Amino acid sequence: MSLSGKLAVMDSNKYPAPKRKARRSTEPGLFGVRTWNKTRLVAACIFGAISVFPLLYMVSLSFQPSTDILETTPVLIPSHPTIENYVLAWTGGNFNEFFVNSMIVAIATVIVTVCLASLAAFAFARYQFPFKEVIFYLFLASLAVPSVDLIIPQYLLMTRLHLTNSLQGLVLIYASENLPFSIFLLRGFFEAVPKELEESFRLDGARTLRVLTRLIAPLSAPAIAVVAMFTFNFAWEEFVIALTLINSPSRRTLPIGLTYFIGAHTTEWGPLFAGSVIATVPSLIVYFISQRYFKRGVSIGGIR
Amino acid sequence: MYAVFIVYPIYRQFDISFFNWHIFPGANSPFVGWSNYSRIFHDPEVRTAAFNTLLFVVITVPIQMVLGLGAAALLTDRLPGRGFWRALIFIPVITSWVVVSYIFAYIFADQGGLANEILSIFAGHTVHIDWLAQTWTGNAVIWILSIWKGVGWSFIMFLAALDGVPRTLVEASRVDGAKEPRVWRHVVLPNIRPTIMVVLVLLVIGASQVFTQVYLTTGGGPYESTQVLLSYAYLQAFTYLNFSYAAAIASIMAVIVLFLSIFQIQILRRNDSI
Repeated sequence: MSLSGKLAVMDSNKYPAPKRKARRSTEPGLFGVRTWNKTRLVAACIFGAISVFPLLYMVSLSFQPSTDILETTPVLIPSHPTIENYVLAWTGGNFNEFFVNSMIVAIATVIVTVCLASLAAFAFARYQFPFKEVIFYLFLASLAVPSVDLIIPQYLLMTRLHLTNSLQGLVLIYASENLPFSIFLLRGFFEAVPKELEESFRLDGARTLRVLTRLIAPLSAPAIAVVAMFTFNFAWEEFVIALTLINSPSRRTLPIGLTYFIGAHTTEWGPLFAGSVIATVPSLIVYFISQRYFKRGVSIGGIR
Repeated sequence: MYAVFIVYPIYRQFDISFFNWHIFPGANSPFVGWSNYSRIFHDPEVRTAAFNTLLFVVITVPIQMVLGLGAAALLTDRLPGRGFWRALIFIPVITSWVVVSYIFAYIFADQGGLANEILSIFAGHTVHIDWLAQTWTGNAVIWILSIWKGVGWSFIMFLAALDGVPRTLVEASRVDGAKEPRVWRHVVLPNIRPTIMVVLVLLVIGASQVFTQVYLTTGGGPYESTQVLLSYAYLQAFTYLNFSYAAAIASIMAVIVLFLSIFQIQILRRNDSI
């Protein structure tokens, strides 16, 4: 997802409660005084249904026995629900290994990105150094170059560094891809922390790193949550780079693991969809956790 | 680290594209100047890929914008279960491209696929379309799944914008006797113009980089007729090992994207809102 999209997500989660309250009382809606009618509700239902239908269908398929899945007429609701697909997906092949690999890569990427981005954002927010703004804009400009476009030189570079086929290599690339946006977002939040607070902290004898970890980072919790969520999702579902850089089966990540269910002649749809459900759940969990966290973070920020 | 993994590759991309580059150590890679670039303009498959990419942009971007704006308009005001609908519409955005590609590949399967089944019901007889094996239907599946996954993103952008439209302004124009279409044309849309421009540019950039869904559904086939530029570059690099040629294609794309981004930064400068 691109920069402004991420910001918009932030925006829609910012200060949700007061906005809703204000509208409920007096303010008329975009559609006049009668703020809702049945037509809009039905339309919203249709929109929501289309949005989740393929995913619900996937969940349904993942519980169907292979006889249902290969049926010539599609089966919407499993007649004999079974978890055999999950068993097959998890134990057949190296799916559990892929899952663990992806988890390691995603979490490591989040840690590396959050640490480096915080340090860099702190420098951009608080210190003066030559070419500061130029460097910052260079970071921003690279947001526009999408990851797939650079895959060839990155592959050659990683070959030269002997970092192909290693999870560490993936983490380095993923973190690099996520740094520009993260630095951009954190800088804004860090700059909003009052200088006086920092000075009083320093008067108490705190060193720079302590200022960052004990004062600025906690106050910027919502921004860090957003950075962590987007970085996690990026690393969790990234496909092309992992496909290109990793060769040995034991180091593959989950998105690549899913493609293994598609054979040259047969496709194991049941296990594939069971695997897809397993792959989707962490993204959803991270999304909902971070969403709740935004609100708490913002309310803490509101007190200061 | 950032310099090593992002900035250096950008430079290297252009560098490689001027050579006839060999991946094997020891093999020499002669300097070939612009010949990789001139080859691009004589390659019929690049023309197909460029046409498909352009078509993808022209078709998916406006539809995503209209649907996203429509959904945002539905859900900006009070409505029972508003938060729930908002979350539902955003969910496709956070599911992965790999998963989505496979769901749609199954829905559009020729045997027992849901799409054929639904068409059969409407047509009154059995419909057998091998969606992913034909050029136009293959493209259509790629468009449909991309639109489905992308709408939630423009929805959330437009929602943030519409939430910010001052309701008193809308009310005032209505009191003045303006009808709904006029209110939208003269009050609402001008108010969210900056967002419309930003969404447009970002969607165009994103759509020009279409890759994963093509790679996983049609795989560019049949006979490379559904390839897009990046999937074709990827094929050239990692199947035929023509790294330099692929780098030349990717470089041209990078330049196009760069111009689009400069255009975008101009817009952003004009409105500090986002």
